[in-house]
Amino acid sequence: MTEHSAQNLPLQDIHIAAGAKFGPFAGWNMPLTYPAGVMKEHLHTREHVGLFDISHMKLFLVEGIGAASLLAKACPLDAASMAMRQSKLTFFLNDDAGILDDLIVTRLGDDRFMVVANAGNAAADEAHLRELARHYTVTVQALDRVFIAIQGPEAVDVLAKAGIDTGDLVFMNGFEPKEGWFMSRSGYTGEDGFEIGLPEADARKLVQKLLADERAQWVGLAARDSLRLEAGLCLHGNDIDATTNPVSAALLWAIPKDLRETGTFIGANALRAAINAGAAEKRVGLKPEGRQPVRAGAPLVDADGNTVGRVTSGGFGPSAAHPVAMGYVKSDLAKPGAGKLYAEVRGSRIPVDVAPLPFIQHRYFKG
Amino acid sequence: MSKTYYTEDHEWLIVDGGVATVGITDYAQEQLGDIVFVEAAEVGKTLKKGDTAVVVESVKAASDVYAPVDGEIVEANDALSSDPALVNSAATSDGWLWKMKLADESQLASLMDEAAYKAHIG
Repeated sequence: MTEHSAQNLPLQDIHIAAGAKFGPFAGWNMPLTYPAGVMKEHLHTREHVGLFDISHMKLFLVEGIGAASLLAKACPLDAASMAMRQSKLTFFLNDDAGILDDLIVTRLGDDRFMVVANAGNAAADEAHLRELARHYTVTVQALDRVFIAIQGPEAVDVLAKAGIDTGDLVFMNGFEPKEGWFMSRSGYTGEDGFEIGLPEADARKLVQKLLADERAQWVGLAARDSLRLEAGLCLHGNDIDATTNPVSAALLWAIPKDLRETGTFIGANALRAAINAGAAEKRVGLKPEGRQPVRAGAPLVDADGNTVGRVTSGGFGPSAAHPVAMGYVKSDLAKPGAGKLYAEVRGSRIPVDVAPLPFIQHRYFKG
Repeated sequence: MSKTYYTEDHEWLIVDGGVATVGITDYAQEQLGDIVFVEAAEVGKTLKKGDTAVVVESVKAASDVYAPVDGEIVEANDALSSDPALVNSAATSDGWLWKMKLADESQLASLMDEAAYKAHIG
């Protein structure tokens, strides 16, 4: 079913020809699955290479002598001390330290940064960034690009065969290999992989070359979700949002220690207060007993039936071969073995254990 | 050969001696994608047409499967607990979901035959 208001991806014709089933996501008409189906697409990515059209995500180029200062205000990020090519996971926080969006910022030059934002927040992020930018000598440019993720253990080889040299790029590094292109070694699957933003005409040629290699195949949004969930990665809007902060979301590792203490980014005071107070609840991995998946929205209760948390993402993990989930639980229960939890699903209670994240070990290339 | 009936909700029924075997159609399993769990039908439960009989879970979502007619569940497909993917690979045979004793066979008249169902899914 297609929503009338949803935007089509620039490569929609290619996805239709590949037999994709579409569905709405964050205002976009997205390929959910291809004929192989979510299970095979998921496993193929872990064994070979999955191609994902992530053009719904937005690339912002932030440039000018005030670029690092702007980003240090907008995000809990020491942009000025980032190494060239370095990528960092960071956030836009509100004044309460609630997470407006999670972003990847990459340093492309002294005064040049790429910001990758989630589709659902792209418009709000752009407005936020432009409003802040008025106080700095900086330009914010929303780029018109096709954005392709190439994920899996054979990603380097498949790209090499398609004529793309990934050089000495390591995990969480990115650069501009040619005019109009942005390439980073990163992703949302837990596997080694790359994300390439490029002009549509170039993308059509690249995709054709990549798909000529049988190790590469299209993978839809459904498997993108099961892959990231197994990898313990957050989906904004589910696992993190403006009502959760980096402390409760267990994402404090993304904020340098000195910034937590002395930073002047938006939300810094609230974040300090949240750190001092300690989180009342924390994000954890959840492993349901048995085969029945536990979905987002399911309440979590203790043995006496008291509500102690909620599931924020859940489904079946094709590589884990069991149901996997993530959610928030009271902090005293937020570690493996701290107490028995149950998810309420359609009137019955499914035993759930707090489990370490990720469910499937990350296989990033760190050099 | 017993007649196969179909519903607008993409279920099939084969009736034999007042007992209907019920499953979902190939079209339905394709729409749902990979099935990873089937909540077993509750034997002995009496259902009205439209009541949820079982819940079928794909990787992505949970979907209710409704009783196509009134009746009592007399058997659940135990094979699905260890191999829920049978609903994908053999939707209209080994992947059946439950058997129910019909309360009123005249309700069958409101269901579709194969030709009508084919027209329904286009």
